[in-house]
Amino acid sequence: MHEMSLAGSILQLVEDAAARESFRHVAALRIEAGRLAGVETQALRFALDALAPGTCLEGATIDIAERAAIGRCAACEREVEIEQRALPCPLCGSFQVEATSGTELRVVDMLVEG
Amino acid sequence: MCVVCGCGEPGQSAVAPARAHAAALEAPVHSHAGLDYGAGPARVSVPGMSPQRVIKLEADVLGENNCVAQHNRRHFESHGVTALNLLSSPGSGKTSLLCATIAALRKRAPAMEVAVIEGDQQTSFDADRIRATGAQAIQVNTGKGCHLDALMVRDAFARLALHTGSHSHHHSHHHSHERDHAHARSLLFIENVGNLVCPAMWDLGEAAKVVILSVTEGEDKPLKYADMFAAAKVMVLSKIDLLPHLHFDVGRCVAYARRVNPHIEVLQLSASTGQGMKEWLAWVLHGTQQAGIASHDGARACRP
Repeated sequence: MHEMSLAGSILQLVEDAAARESFRHVAALRIEAGRLAGVETQALRFALDALAPGTCLEGATIDIAERAAIGRCAACEREVEIEQRALPCPLCGSFQVEATSGTELRVVDMLVEG
Repeated sequence: MCVVCGCGEPGQSAVAPARAHAAALEAPVHSHAGLDYGAGPARVSVPGMSPQRVIKLEADVLGENNCVAQHNRRHFESHGVTALNLLSSPGSGKTSLLCATIAALRKRAPAMEVAVIEGDQQTSFDADRIRATGAQAIQVNTGKGCHLDALMVRDAFARLALHTGSHSHHHSHHHSHERDHAHARSLLFIENVGNLVCPAMWDLGEAAKVVILSVTEGEDKPLKYADMFAAAKVMVLSKIDLLPHLHFDVGRCVAYARRVNPHIEVLQLSASTGQGMKEWLAWVLHGTQQAGIASHDGARACRP
């Protein structure tokens, strides 16, 4: 149910852009999901496919790219790539890593026509 | 050589990548030999089909919710409302804690106005329980929804008569928040839908997220539901009167929570025996003043 809500927000974003930029149809949509965004990309794709018929998203190619998350380790003061929360720092082994990026879900751009 | 269609004399410099990209999007491509309808993305001319173009959006999907949340946040701050977002699994004791808190606040800070926004899929059981304590409550039923969002909180708050303040409030909610209204302080508890997953990512405009974990749940919860514990300012361990009957390792639970969120504060209490309630009340009344409100970038207009 959660990804349905996100898909609805994405459709809203696209429809707002359609009104603003005067296009009728989206050929391709690029979405970026940070690894720590809490988004199940499969479920999001499923939700978007379910919402698309009858909208400007119908038939659009949807690309959902996963983006690595970066964290800062307070112990060794270095930036590391993180797969998930609560893992030890890969460089020094401490558990003081805090995520600094990779928590966002973004619509990057789209190919439009009409 | 023209990069797009490969025509042209050898030795000619290639079309710059940006121009080639733009050329590929617009049909037809103008080359020295004429019009090339085969070079467009459709590889053919279709009468009535307009050319394509790229639109860069770079838009955060939760941007709309966060925008409304930021408006909520400013509204609360300027009206002296401390809003706390209570989160937990179903059955951790959120409502019981709220009822005990309201009763305790009546003794400790009788001038403090308290109101509650209750979130549940169905029923008004929780709002009824709160109202029975004498505090205002409004029930938000989310239906199939699994979390409260900023719009729900905005609409629910508008229905609460919380900001009676020190002067009358006849102006609409769209007034500027720059002036100091000198409001009496009040407390708004938002009891979210019982769910340790989704509500973590939905900003409501609260001063702080409070995650409640009961000792009957297992001390590894902070690792299993990391996003929630990372988002919370404080973890309240509830039902501690049951500890003698359980194998719950408090130290390990706190250590796990600190792994996920090094700055998380921890409180332990029992709403039924009153143990730890004094410290919880102190945090409710003063703790969020230390919690810095992260300011988001510029106030853009959200949809009405």
